[in-house]
Amino acid sequence: MIESPYRHDFPFFDSQKKKLKRAYLDSAATTQKPSSVIEELVHFYTKDNANIYRGIYATSQRATSKFEAVRDKVKTFINASERTEIIFTKGTTQSLNWIVFGYFWDRLHSDDEILISVMEHHSNLVPWQQLAIHTGAKLNYVNLDEDQQLDIDDFKAKLNSRVKVVALTHVSNVLGCLNPVTQITTLAHKFGAKVVIDGAQAIGHMSVDVQEINCDFYAFSGHKAFAPTGVGVLYGKKELLEKMTPLEYGGEMISDVNYQNTSFKELPLRLEAGTQNISGVIGLGAALDYLNKCKLNEIECYIKKLTKLAFEQLISIPEVIIYGSKNASFHQGIISFNIKGIHPHDVATVLDIKGVEIRAGHHCAQVLMRYLKIPACLRLSLHIYNDETDIQQLIIALHEVLRFFKHGS
Amino acid sequence: MDHDNLSTLYRQAILEAGEDPHNFGDLLRPTVSTELHNPTCGDVIILQLKISDHIIKDIKFKGQGCIISQASASIMTDLIKGKSLDQAKKLRIAFSQMITDNHFIDNDKLKDALIFKGVRKFPQRIKCATLVWNALEKSIQHVEEANG
Repeated sequence: MIESPYRHDFPFFDSQKKKLKRAYLDSAATTQKPSSVIEELVHFYTKDNANIYRGIYATSQRATSKFEAVRDKVKTFINASERTEIIFTKGTTQSLNWIVFGYFWDRLHSDDEILISVMEHHSNLVPWQQLAIHTGAKLNYVNLDEDQQLDIDDFKAKLNSRVKVVALTHVSNVLGCLNPVTQITTLAHKFGAKVVIDGAQAIGHMSVDVQEINCDFYAFSGHKAFAPTGVGVLYGKKELLEKMTPLEYGGEMISDVNYQNTSFKELPLRLEAGTQNISGVIGLGAALDYLNKCKLNEIECYIKKLTKLAFEQLISIPEVIIYGSKNASFHQGIISFNIKGIHPHDVATVLDIKGVEIRAGHHCAQVLMRYLKIPACLRLSLHIYNDETDIQQLIIALHEVLRFFKHGS
Repeated sequence: MDHDNLSTLYRQAILEAGEDPHNFGDLLRPTVSTELHNPTCGDVIILQLKISDHIIKDIKFKGQGCIISQASASIMTDLIKGKSLDQAKKLRIAFSQMITDNHFIDNDKLKDALIFKGVRKFPQRIKCATLVWNALEKSIQHVEEANG
């Protein structure tokens, strides 16, 4: 029996009704929060709440130093070379949009190409589509190989000197595969293309080293890694962030304002206009502390072990069709599947009644759904607070689904 | 209890209509054709109407979706066939009230569509049941605008 040594750190699981245990299997959408993060937020609002940078007084200084300390934590966490390469945003979507609209918007031309993959989440697809429409550049897609992983040969075939940017997810939110982002970056750089990595599903699941990947930009959200919602990070190489146009102008990003013109602060503040999500950032700091305490390699190991179990149990049901690799170890805590002949929404409703909380739909990846020729699918996603009982509950409920819809009783 | 809950949503008639829906397919030369998507799940419905003298002479649908959406389309198209545009609009409003209002008093005119009453206990599934009715509303709007 696989038991989670982390589950008791998450008060969400204590607060549930005793009558029906809920199996929360939707961490790829958002994670539950450890008590250390919740307590940090309470502490901040009870002891340290003041606006940052602008106060001369002690509380403001305390809030500022706590806020800025998180920038250092993020820098270390993803091994950026400088703290000024860490820009706080409201999440992955905003980070990716700023990269597209603040950096690439005026840098592409009609004979250029943008290379992404068919497995991208809408937030790493729709902005690039807008850029292609705006500039006339060609938006090209890397396909999947036979094992429904990123097809590296197809990537190599589509890479050429017209490609100005390659944007790719680190871990697919549907297929669960880990893409070879370091290899991709090396290949792309040979052709002079910039590389943008969507780290939403990778962060908090494995260690991420942006210098090792050598990507030009990396985006992630806090809330998928135990932090509060509404806070995220945009990492960019300093020389690129220096050239980025702010998409917001206003308070705290200026150094001097005249009647007709303004000079701006240095990085990172130049890109962080207005009062920031101070408590969110501080909560993110507490989440990173928690992740460090748990050790990322142990987290990765635990999720792998549980994923393997879920995978084996699922394939033992003949009606289950799994998307992504046929090899369990290629699923990073995410398994998408369907039940033959039963629409995923009908399955999810029965599962909900049985206390199993999994996602049904297109998972913000409609291009991938089209590619796989399915309207939608079910997705279970695991994190360190899940255990074997959650998987058992899912499997029992799936048998109930089959009984109900196949035999009408 | 669980099972009661499930049966409230998936009534036998819904399961049957969802499995083998009526009026599924294409019309030859429809007066109006409307395609609607359920953006949360990716489901799609195409509704076709043949209208003359303000009467819906024939109606068909196609598309893909869950049992609730397929059953709703089957039962709605059966109900609407032969009705006037005004009657159809009234029925759409009645259906919408039934599925959202806990104090709804059964409107006999909804006939078989009354079995969708249980859907209001499942807020996530209301859109599945109403998708085809929304397509009907859009189709009628389109026809009325075209006729000035």
